[in-house]
Amino acid sequence: MDFEYFTQLFFGGLTRGSIYALIALGYTMVYGIIELINFAHGEIYMIGAFTGLIISSVLTMMGMPTLAVVVLAGMASIVYSCSYGYTMEKIAYKPLRNAPRLSALISAIGMSLFLQNYVLLAQTSDFLPFPSLVPEFEFWEPYSHILTSPELMILSTTVVVMVLLTLLIKFTKIGKAMRATSQDKMMASLLGINVDQVISATFVVGSATAAIGGILIASHIGQINFYMGFIAGIKAFVAAVLGGIGSIPGAVLGSFVLGWTESFFTGYISSDYEDVFAFIFLVVILIFRPSGILGKSQTQKV
Amino acid sequence: MTATNEIKKSIIASVWFMFLTFPIMVMKVNTVTQTVEWRWHNMALVGVGAFFLSMLWRYLLKRKEEGGKREKKAGLSLVQRLLQEKQFALPGMLIIALITILFPHIFSMYQTNIMISALIFVVLGLGLNIVIGLAGLLVLGYAAFFAVGAYSYALLNLHFGVGFWIALPIGGILAAVFGVLLGYPVLRLRGDYLAIVTLGFGEIIRLVLENWNEFSFGPSGIKNIPKPGFFGMELSLQASTVYIFYIVVVLVVFTIFVINRLKNSRIGRAWTALKDDEIASQAMGIDKAKTKMRAFALGATWAGMAGVVFAAKTTFINPASFTLWESVIILCTVVLGGMGSIAGVIAGALLLILLPEYMRDFGEFRMITFGAVLIVMMIFRPGGMVEDVRKTYKFEK
Repeated sequence: MDFEYFTQLFFGGLTRGSIYALIALGYTMVYGIIELINFAHGEIYMIGAFTGLIISSVLTMMGMPTLAVVVLAGMASIVYSCSYGYTMEKIAYKPLRNAPRLSALISAIGMSLFLQNYVLLAQTSDFLPFPSLVPEFEFWEPYSHILTSPELMILSTTVVVMVLLTLLIKFTKIGKAMRATSQDKMMASLLGINVDQVISATFVVGSATAAIGGILIASHIGQINFYMGFIAGIKAFVAAVLGGIGSIPGAVLGSFVLGWTESFFTGYISSDYEDVFAFIFLVVILIFRPSGILGKSQTQKV
Repeated sequence: MTATNEIKKSIIASVWFMFLTFPIMVMKVNTVTQTVEWRWHNMALVGVGAFFLSMLWRYLLKRKEEGGKREKKAGLSLVQRLLQEKQFALPGMLIIALITILFPHIFSMYQTNIMISALIFVVLGLGLNIVIGLAGLLVLGYAAFFAVGAYSYALLNLHFGVGFWIALPIGGILAAVFGVLLGYPVLRLRGDYLAIVTLGFGEIIRLVLENWNEFSFGPSGIKNIPKPGFFGMELSLQASTVYIFYIVVVLVVFTIFVINRLKNSRIGRAWTALKDDEIASQAMGIDKAKTKMRAFALGATWAGMAGVVFAAKTTFINPASFTLWESVIILCTVVLGGMGSIAGVIAGALLLILLPEYMRDFGEFRMITFGAVLIVMMIFRPGGMVEDVRKTYKFEK
């Protein structure tokens, strides 16, 4: 077991975990506020990747410089993902605000199916090659055997997003409103917080991080198709639950733990059972800590 | 004034959707030839469609809000009243029985085969209904038990030459064992944590089946599973299809009978009590662990038996038939039909399996319609098609 292999796996897991974290944030934020497993969240990530691909190809064909293409396509993809997240909430979840939880869950499954097939019909069912948007950094050359430039890019973007998100939630007015709403919706609305707006804002922020994750992973792996959101969504959800759903640091920690688990197990034991390890790990964690690593234990009141 | 207001809102919705669908509906990039196909007609389509749909949407939402108060007084729906009326029940049953018996003789083998899969899903739906509808435990990995049943028949037959009729109870029992295995560690979990662990369990089973080549032959699956013989006789393809159809029908009837009995039994009432309030029911002397385990075991048993029948029907199984997607479909049949209600689950399963099958003419549009139907159904009829009516006892002076 040489050290270099270990560091490779370590950073591989970290990269993987960052992507999960970007998606898991959306899950955990939405769950924290309206207690809904937003099954269609993975689809937002997929739509982000598709929009990024379409816009960046069109701009490249128009002959724009690479940097402008990356920035514009990234922005377009974030804007569109947010719009989809916002619209999705208005159509499929808002009318079900006071309905039983299962109804909202089924509605989310319906939404996921709808969006998948919408992209399938409007675009294609084939795998589309995704251009590598991240250039090879020259200054990073000496270290690139353990951590490639795209991986570095993913890691640093994730860190930036996390910091921004923490600032947003800790210090801005809307962040305060979000925290209040997740604690007690009724009390928050009594204090003059527009709960509907806060929920919309949560969906928008969650979608934005998912879109960033979508573009990063698509340009890292190099291909996308309409089905990519499903598995990524499930994994990210597992990560969110692992960390304690509803808790933002928990989602990040859970994602990294999941990323490392997968990376080390596949690296040292067997690559066939990658997902099995992830799920067994989840089951084991939940048996000993039923509300996740950082989740608050729910005491049931009579 | 309101009319212009409505039109204005619809126009806003229409513009919004045109913006929203712009990159995906209008542009289609061919990355190989580096060309873009612009499809502006789609945009017009979306604009006009969104305009009218948003009007319809708001009208329906409004009607729902107004209707909410009225409906509560009206009480039971037509179907529920029909089910309760004694004078309709007997002739109704007879008609259904007659149709079922004649079905394979009237319709073609293709139709019968579709009906068999639909009925297998009815059994699955009714089984999951025990766990979700009666005991209130949200399970997202139900297809795993289905897989256990199917693989136990296939493997027992392959290695030991076990026949269908012996495999049927064994499949059920093995699935129940797995149900207990899953149920034991998750007893402490509630709600969404339970859902995600069962989802993980379902995926573990599928992935093991997919990767453990020596045991389950991996993704290529198991071929040539024999169809059930009729007292030792080999049947022709046509006859055996009809035979399996009747087997499934009997299984469905048996399931309905058992669930009906369960529902009003001591266990059934314990489930309902646990679903409503865990602490209160424990205080009343209900053994939480035992009761929940029973729900898991019983629910899994039906999935196991349905799995055996499924393996016998298709004669070929591989892990791809037992994905998370199957679990989700089964969950949808239960919720869409009406949780806890037997008639509802049957209707839901028949609708969800038969509708996409007969909508094949719509081809590629069927899945997107299916998604939309799920959303619309949940918003405008959240209790499902046939809502469960709880037995209530009224105190009369």
